[in-house]
Amino acid sequence: MHISMTVNGEGRDDDVEPRLLLVHYLRETLGLTGTNIGCDTTSCGACTVHLDGESVKSCTVLAVQADGTDITTIEGLADGDRLHPMQEAFRENHGLQCGYCTPGMVMAAVSLLKENPDPTEAEVRMGLEGNLCRCTGYHNIVKAVLAAAKTPSTVS
Amino acid sequence: MIPAAFDYQRAGSIDDAIHLLSEGGEDAKLIAGGHSLLPLMKLRLAAPTLLIDIGRLQDLSYVRDAGDAVAVGALTRHHDVHRSELLAREAPLLAHVAGEIGDPQVRHRGTIGGSLAHGDPASDLPAACLALGASFTLLGPGGERSVAATEFFLGFLETALAPEEVLAEIVIPKAAGAGWSFQKFNRRAQDWAIVGVAAVRNGSTGIGLVNMGSTPLRAGAVESALAAGASIEEAATHASDGLDPPADLNASPEYRRHLAEVLVRRALQEADGRH
Repeated sequence: MHISMTVNGEGRDDDVEPRLLLVHYLRETLGLTGTNIGCDTTSCGACTVHLDGESVKSCTVLAVQADGTDITTIEGLADGDRLHPMQEAFRENHGLQCGYCTPGMVMAAVSLLKENPDPTEAEVRMGLEGNLCRCTGYHNIVKAVLAAAKTPSTVS
Repeated sequence: MIPAAFDYQRAGSIDDAIHLLSEGGEDAKLIAGGHSLLPLMKLRLAAPTLLIDIGRLQDLSYVRDAGDAVAVGALTRHHDVHRSELLAREAPLLAHVAGEIGDPQVRHRGTIGGSLAHGDPASDLPAACLALGASFTLLGPGGERSVAATEFFLGFLETALAPEEVLAEIVIPKAAGAGWSFQKFNRRAQDWAIVGVAAVRNGSTGIGLVNMGSTPLRAGAVESALAAGASIEEAATHASDGLDPPADLNASPEYRRHLAEVLVRRALQEADGRH
């Protein structure tokens, strides 16, 4: 089936099998391997991307369901060499250890601040309940999101 | 994990969906957000030959004042049910429960109709609909019919929906000012409830149970005991009367019975505190 969507600001057109998952389309067809596959069962959040500006788990969306939508992956956040404020906050606060969950965490965190620009620490923790860090490095991740919330340009 | 191959068609309207379902035979399935169906398909526990995508039928996504009830379109996402001001005012239990499902990503995709039509005894929304005395509007080739939530859940993942019918609307009687509570017991964030209890007290009491049998259930024995004048503590001891709760990695049937009593008691106490 023919699909077309915008991925990181660029128009994409492809013929895909209906059963192709969005995460496989992004990684294998488009070569955008920043989005990771963790559990593959809608639990861990490593595959989180934005679909029309909202966080979704791309292992549980068919590429054909995303036809006509606007997708942003971790590759689409930075402005050239300038990191997105959320990425910068993760770097500053050492919000990562092994890094595997990081793309999904960052995407979930950006979506979280869009819905709740000034969250409490508890709200950040609840807002990231769909993302697991296997290093259990939650403390600095939460710190990073709270720091990003204080950066005026994060919510965009 | 990759689902088995299937044909895919996009419905342009609800009539179109009904038509495609009628033509598609018994292995055709509707997909909206896909957050109940796709996980099953990836595990190859479900292998529909035809998926009919109704996810773009925007006219089925709404929360609307319908006089003495609130009407919720079947394609309304959990995120939007959770954030509905109308529901927060008129049926706050439903808005609250929608915010307890899965996690933000799941709530951005999953729909109320999809969750109810899946008929999973472990999911939260059916229990809320049972407690609230909701009814469901089903559309099929023969027209429209209304089925009470209490008549809708027939067996494990089995509902009153005929193969060619579509769940179109959820009708929630207004319960502004009623006491309510949702007690969801799980061990980790985003997990399914090991046991959950939804309660509404508005003169009479409605109680829905999560994960206490092969279908979403009402705690009928507790409701009758309360109606006969029993105290909350006394009534809660009947939480699992006549029920056959499942055993799994998280809990034995005995533990579930214990949890049900404790959670029913807490739910009724919290509901009374909210009056």
